[in-house]
Amino acid sequence: MAGIEITSLHMRYPDGTVAVEEVDLSVRDGELFVMLGPSGCGKTTTLRAVAGLERQTSGTIRIGDTPVDDLPPGERDIAMVFQFYALYPHLKARDNVAFPLRAEGLPEAEVRRRVEDAARMLQLGPLMGRRPQRLSGGEQQRVALARALVRRPRAFLMDEPLTNLDAEQRTDMRAEIKHLQRELGATMVYVTHDQVEAMSLGHRIAILNKGRVEQVGTPMEVYDRPASLFCAAFIGSPPMNLVDVEVADGALRGPGGIALPVPSGLPDGRPLVAGVRPEALEVTAPGTDGAVRGRVASVEALGDETIYVVECEGEHDVRVRMPPTARFAADAPVGVRHVGGPPPVYDRDTERLVA
Amino acid sequence: MGTVATYGMRKAFGEVQALDGVDLEVPDGAFFVVLGPSGAGKTTTLRAIAGLERLDAGSVHLDGRDVTGETPGARDLAMVFQNYALYPRHTVFENIASPLRVRRDPAGEIAAAVDEVARLLHIERLLERRPAQLSGGEMQRVALARALVRRPHAFLMDEPLTNLDLKLRVEMRTELSRIHRRLGRTFVYVTNDQVEAMSMADQVAVLKDGKVRQVGTSAEVYERPVDRWVASFVGSPRISLLACHVDDDRLVGSQGWSLPRPRGTTAEPGRPLLLGLRAEDVSVERRGEATVEGEVFGLEPLGDHTLVDVKVGTETLTVKARPTVAGRPGERLSVTVDLDRAHLFDAGTGLALSGAGR
Repeated sequence: MAGIEITSLHMRYPDGTVAVEEVDLSVRDGELFVMLGPSGCGKTTTLRAVAGLERQTSGTIRIGDTPVDDLPPGERDIAMVFQFYALYPHLKARDNVAFPLRAEGLPEAEVRRRVEDAARMLQLGPLMGRRPQRLSGGEQQRVALARALVRRPRAFLMDEPLTNLDAEQRTDMRAEIKHLQRELGATMVYVTHDQVEAMSLGHRIAILNKGRVEQVGTPMEVYDRPASLFCAAFIGSPPMNLVDVEVADGALRGPGGIALPVPSGLPDGRPLVAGVRPEALEVTAPGTDGAVRGRVASVEALGDETIYVVECEGEHDVRVRMPPTARFAADAPVGVRHVGGPPPVYDRDTERLVA
Repeated sequence: MGTVATYGMRKAFGEVQALDGVDLEVPDGAFFVVLGPSGAGKTTTLRAIAGLERLDAGSVHLDGRDVTGETPGARDLAMVFQNYALYPRHTVFENIASPLRVRRDPAGEIAAAVDEVARLLHIERLLERRPAQLSGGEMQRVALARALVRRPHAFLMDEPLTNLDLKLRVEMRTELSRIHRRLGRTFVYVTNDQVEAMSMADQVAVLKDGKVRQVGTSAEVYERPVDRWVASFVGSPRISLLACHVDDDRLVGSQGWSLPRPRGTTAEPGRPLLLGLRAEDVSVERRGEATVEGEVFGLEPLGDHTLVDVKVGTETLTVKARPTVAGRPGERLSVTVDLDRAHLFDAGTGLALSGAGR
């Protein structure tokens, strides 16, 4: 296995469209690295450049110690898994998995050994004799994974491999991929637009926006301290409440005058936005100490938790995460207060984290 | 009034039985969600109510009146799809006004109705734009406005939020709840997203293979699922199911664990059962009497909490823990079970055992 270094990657198409503005990323050997962002952020283009399927306008890519900029895809020694399985419909699962090895001209005994290894790892046993149309989406994706695996590449590149699966299969495959990555100690670059997938899979996450990297960090780092308003709005479900705040009498005041703890190092005289996680707020009876007035705009009972949308004075909605035992009715007058430590604070103009 | 009812709806497409006897009773003014995986018959149900699908058997009733033989136009229902289907050459105003123009309402009334609905959906400033100049969320609001402007008997919505990004979807959920309360009209809403269903519905009907499995409030289907399938479909992460049987006053797992028998369990000894445990009803942090031993398979940090997958023999138990929870794959640990909140299902039929759990 090998790490991947992407330096000053820039990608402009002949029609002038810039797909990647500037991307610098360093993926460690044996790391499950997630590139997360909305469609059009440049994540897939970056991945395809690593694979050699696109040629960058400028910048360099190294896999291990090797600069690969001038190598065709076949010589980069990486395996790519797409959201479309691209299995050969007329071949049984076993022959689909064996295909890249036979194409390389490996001895049949070795082919068989590697295919059996992969089948065992992905628990494909009884499915290996079937053709793709007799497999479910999840099973086809596992076969596609096995096919990537048998080549023993230096790194795996995955482009939204779970997108076309239903919710149940997605959860199963997520655990499967994570487990597999650990077993193999594989370097894996995983592209997704799904923040839950990114959080639950990644050792580290790079959040991309408009062809640039906004933040790189562990799941908890990007969750606790998003580096920009973009990241703040992208991570967490429901996402952070991004509220305009003012500093008055040594306190941070949010919507409806709600008091927030003041982080150290707040800049003076800048328009500020605080990022308040739904679990850092609490719905209370109206008139409770330290709570501002509001009205319940909607109650989202999710079973293990309930999300309250509370309309504070001035038509500001805030989302509050509460245990399912909380009982406030829609339209009821309530209080809202902040619990816990200081929230991350952003400059409203630069949209970057400032405290 | 705006009640919607269906009795014994059946519909086959070739060999596929899309609807296999669907009974629904939607109260006037309800936010009623039909939830199910793809292929469950949700969209066919909605289309049958709208009159877009001819039934093989069964009937559709609006306010107690049998409309089974009536055309879609005669039913006075408004439909909102996941594809907005706006007229690209027309302004937002004209798009919203189009159902009223078809009805030949007076121009003054049309303008007033469009203004009112535009205010409700916060799209007043978009009225002169054309669809190409709108974001996805704005287009969805315009599509909604066009449905709302007619004040129909009931609204039928087919996964209207599917094509929006997460942030917008979360916002539109709140918006729809708000609009529903302000209008006080009946909404029948189809989705395969259980979070969407749970978060908006007064009542949820869970559909599978063309049959209604369960109808109830979000809390009811979550806390008292009628079978293992509903238990698995509703709730995220998915409920963990462990094979077991009753032996005297113990519940004995096929993977070697043993727990006190939950109160009121009536299953006969040896009958194959499934113990259903929601991630928040088991803990690796609390200590208690009832425990199951296992080893850490993986951790999924999700921000406000972390999910710990624990391998118990060959089965997996998912545990909701604090975001700061520690644990390395392979590490042995003991999981405390809240038996008062456990579910028991018959392993053969999948049905919930009466008397067990909550």
